[in-house]
Amino acid sequence: MNLVRLISISVGLVLIWQAIVLLTGVPPYILPGPLSVAEAALTHSGSLFDHAITTLFEIIAGLLLGTLLGASSALSMIASLSLKRWLLPVLVISQAIPVFALAPLLVLWLGYGIGSKIAMAVLIIFFPVTAAFYDGLRSTEPEWLELAQVMNAKPLAVIRHIRMPAALPAFASGLRVATAVAPIGAIVGEWVGSSKGLGFYMLHANARMQIDIMFAALAVLAIVALTLYFLMDRAMIKIVYWQKDNGLATKAQRHEGEK
Amino acid sequence: MNNNIKTNTGPAKRPSPPDIFLEKVSFTYPGEEIFRSLNFTVKGGQWTCLIGPSGCGKSTLLRLISGTLREDLSGEIRFSDDNVNNRLIAWMAQKDLLLPWLTVLDNVCLGARLRGEISAEKRQRAISLLEDAGLGAYVSSLPSELSGGMRQRVALLRTLMEGRPVILMDEPFSALDALTRLKLQDLASGMVKGATVLMVTHDPLEALRLGHRIYVMTGRPAQLGSVLIPPGLPPRKPGDPAIVSLQAELIDRLSRTSHEEFGIEGGGKT
Repeated sequence: MNLVRLISISVGLVLIWQAIVLLTGVPPYILPGPLSVAEAALTHSGSLFDHAITTLFEIIAGLLLGTLLGASSALSMIASLSLKRWLLPVLVISQAIPVFALAPLLVLWLGYGIGSKIAMAVLIIFFPVTAAFYDGLRSTEPEWLELAQVMNAKPLAVIRHIRMPAALPAFASGLRVATAVAPIGAIVGEWVGSSKGLGFYMLHANARMQIDIMFAALAVLAIVALTLYFLMDRAMIKIVYWQKDNGLATKAQRHEGEK
Repeated sequence: MNNNIKTNTGPAKRPSPPDIFLEKVSFTYPGEEIFRSLNFTVKGGQWTCLIGPSGCGKSTLLRLISGTLREDLSGEIRFSDDNVNNRLIAWMAQKDLLLPWLTVLDNVCLGARLRGEISAEKRQRAISLLEDAGLGAYVSSLPSELSGGMRQRVALLRTLMEGRPVILMDEPFSALDALTRLKLQDLASGMVKGATVLMVTHDPLEALRLGHRIYVMTGRPAQLGSVLIPPGLPPRKPGDPAIVSLQAELIDRLSRTSHEEFGIEGGGKT
């Protein structure tokens, strides 16, 4: 059902695009029609694929590293009060500097290769992941913690068995945001300086007035980003298996009597 | 359903139930004095009910005893077998507090898991408890698949699983419909036998059905009235004439000592 809607939206957008090209008569070097873009995509499918793989790798590596970093800093802030006092300001400061402004520096330090792009993606997702997970960890139902206290629970067991699972829904929404913005990091990194990846390919095509190729690269990027998002969404639904439809609807529906 | 299982369950492993002594207990929330030099003894091995209007400090008293509330407490709370209140107490709240990501079985075993003491034997014990309580078919269900009454039954079993001699209950049945509440009261009364139970409630009928001893708590700072000991052994039948007349007296005591703001919940029930 979701997929059907996605396809119809895409088809609709392409139709509007074609209509604009037909009605306004813009020259193809400003806005090529869908057909010529599709043709360019086919003839250059080999290099498009190559560059897409590079970008995809950067995004996934950035996501993995950023999630790992974000989750562990959120956890350590919950586990230790003094660590939290030091880490929280660092987090806020890191967010005050626009990540885009750091891109040239990252390329300077980490080189033209994928390292600087992964670092960009990590920087861009670190904050949403940390903030979401930390918020989730912090807002555990206080009565659960009280119950655990009366049960003489070990502090680490409380984090592992109560706080962490309770924070998973918040963590999942943080990861969704991260998946949506991680491609931005990778692409900006590629724009600033690289020799591979969809961002590089777009600049390259743009410089040669191959606008149809540029659009083809853009379309491939959109497909990559969307696929990643949908896969992540599916995974997150699996991970918070106890939350059906956000957990709100089911509670009201539940009125079957006692066994 | 199967009788042979019942042998290894029940309150078997519980240590002997201690008395709880509260001596000169004072406690103040910012700007509000809840208790001033309160003396109170909860008799070991019996079910004591504390009844009073909402917000009179009943739940605060339970929290002080359980140790979840410690700051600004003066006076002494101790147990007759001289242990500190460590590992003596099990807690049951108004909300079932089931963890939605754990199965019913894992929820019942939560305490052992949080202490790192989980074992196959404990799981087996939990399964037989669940079977005894008529929840055998739901061992691996998630709490969201259960009705409110079943969830509270699981919470009761989780409390019993702790095997502790003191059980503190904070209005554990008040969120349930009348019939489910009666059934669960009977179940609880049977299963906690032998433990020192202190239950807070605002339902006079509930107190009269379950309590060996009943105290009315009112005022600010809160005071406890003299003990009321209903005839017969709990769980008493709701239609028992003695219960019905005592209910009138209890309501009378409540309204005589309390402020006007207190509306008597469940007052018309017979």
